[in-house]
Amino acid sequence: MKRTIFSNQLLPWLLLAPQLAITFIFFLWPAGQAIRQSFLREDAFGINSSFVGLANFRALLDSPEYLNSLQVTAIFAVSVTVMSMGVALLLAIAVDRMLKSARVYTTLLVWPYAVAPAVAGILWWFIFNPTIGVMPYVLDMVGYDWNHISSKTDAMLLVVIASAWKQISYNFLFFVAGLQAIPASMREAAAIDGAGPVRRFFDITFPLLSPTTFFLLVVNIVYAMFDTFAVIDATTEGGPAQATNIMVYKVYFDGFVGQNIGSSAAQSVFLMAIVITLTIIQFRWVEKKVEY
Amino acid sequence: MIENRPGLNLLAHLVLIAGVVIVALPVWVAFVASTHTATDFMSGTVPMWPGPHLVENYSRMLDAGVSTSGTPPVARMMFNSLVMALLIACGKIAISITSAFAIVYFRFPLRGLAFWCIFITLMLPVEVRIVPTFQVVAGLGLLNSYAGLSVPLIASATATFLFRQVFLTMPDELVEAARIDGAGPMKFFRDILLPLSRTNMAALFVILFIYGWNQYLWPLLVTTDAQYYTIVAGIKRMADAVDGLPQWHLVMATAVLAMLPPVAVVIGMQRLFVKGLVETEK
Repeated sequence: MKRTIFSNQLLPWLLLAPQLAITFIFFLWPAGQAIRQSFLREDAFGINSSFVGLANFRALLDSPEYLNSLQVTAIFAVSVTVMSMGVALLLAIAVDRMLKSARVYTTLLVWPYAVAPAVAGILWWFIFNPTIGVMPYVLDMVGYDWNHISSKTDAMLLVVIASAWKQISYNFLFFVAGLQAIPASMREAAAIDGAGPVRRFFDITFPLLSPTTFFLLVVNIVYAMFDTFAVIDATTEGGPAQATNIMVYKVYFDGFVGQNIGSSAAQSVFLMAIVITLTIIQFRWVEKKVEY
Repeated sequence: MIENRPGLNLLAHLVLIAGVVIVALPVWVAFVASTHTATDFMSGTVPMWPGPHLVENYSRMLDAGVSTSGTPPVARMMFNSLVMALLIACGKIAISITSAFAIVYFRFPLRGLAFWCIFITLMLPVEVRIVPTFQVVAGLGLLNSYAGLSVPLIASATATFLFRQVFLTMPDELVEAARIDGAGPMKFFRDILLPLSRTNMAALFVILFIYGWNQYLWPLLVTTDAQYYTIVAGIKRMADAVDGLPQWHLVMATAVLAMLPPVAVVIGMQRLFVKGLVETEK
């Protein structure tokens, strides 16, 4: 809160106008439309629509495809989060030991942040391409027949690897910042008391890092659930047999390809509820409350 | 470092080198692939070292593209991506800084409501409300235009919060001094606030430029005219089209070109990039 302020009454509205206009036209209005459409069912030609109450939601919860999508999303989000945070934490701890070379390593590790998810998908799709890819060639030597076009597990692994790869650099930067914020005196005191590096990590570093870890946990889940659309679309397109059809991909697919607006809108409403919950959790627990 | 353990240091170096290799592997493979010809992939063994066709493949993609896929030359798509990324980055900064100014430095009725309207955009990513947003943009006749590509993505709660935070930490004496000197709100904004938030704007610009350049679903939906394809969305169309013919060397050349500008921005402006990344998450 500012003590000194300007007293104009019209000017603030003029300053806010562009943002409010865009927010209203492209955010609030469409979100309202999604909620409205979720209670309607359109006929086959999209001319008439009738109010059907909660039928769209009930149909979703009864649909094995949607339940499958929920399950796939959960597996996908958890795998991406664990994989990218695990690798990033390991790298951050290693960099934390470095004195002179920390900067060079950081530069070499952060740039994948700038790679578009769609491009990350294409790159890994190429590496794992069953006929000409590098990885299937290597895997073949150890006796594993990789094929993400027919195998559900392989397809899931592919999208998880591509999505986690892109997110490593982000997690890495935040873990490094978190590690640097831990006072060296704590670890020194533990070292004097005879605690080895492993003991120090589990008793001091990791607990003190928990705010960062928790924050990244939420950010990564949000990333895996919503920002990985491009990875899926550029590689598996939800297949094979729905194995990688995460919720945000299904909203798009049912709405644009399947032309089932009512069902897609109901899915949008579910997703909005999830994002809102995650955002609130993020603001509450990370103790960066928005104070107005 | 607490104590000197050469063994652990060696292990740390090994972990980091392995990390760097894993992180770089896909890009190396793509780069190598982009320097060969289509026939080099037919033998079944993938080349691991660059071939002699680098200049040939890249100049072909930049000037002509893959005509069979219906995508324009890559240079055209890169130009479209650049326009879109710049419009999004500059637009977001412009509308966020003015609205943060309004929220921090004025008291007016319904201020709380305005704040919450902006805050809620944080919770509604475009992927979630994709169908109705597309209908709105189509209804406004903005399909196949730079405005349609950028304006719906411009509203941003994060940037507004960032500037609000910056303004809140600025000493009140600044306003008082400006008042005494007879400066009105807009003069104060232009001559004091804007210069003082320059580094924040630059840091935010780096993040937003990457965000804009990497957009995928939105350009894919609003552009049906090839003249407006962006490179990130165009790659997918190209990869789909060449599925029958293995023209991976051309797709990979496009992929390398697609990541070059944002990666160059991150490496070239690493300090601003890290600042922007940490600040936008506050």
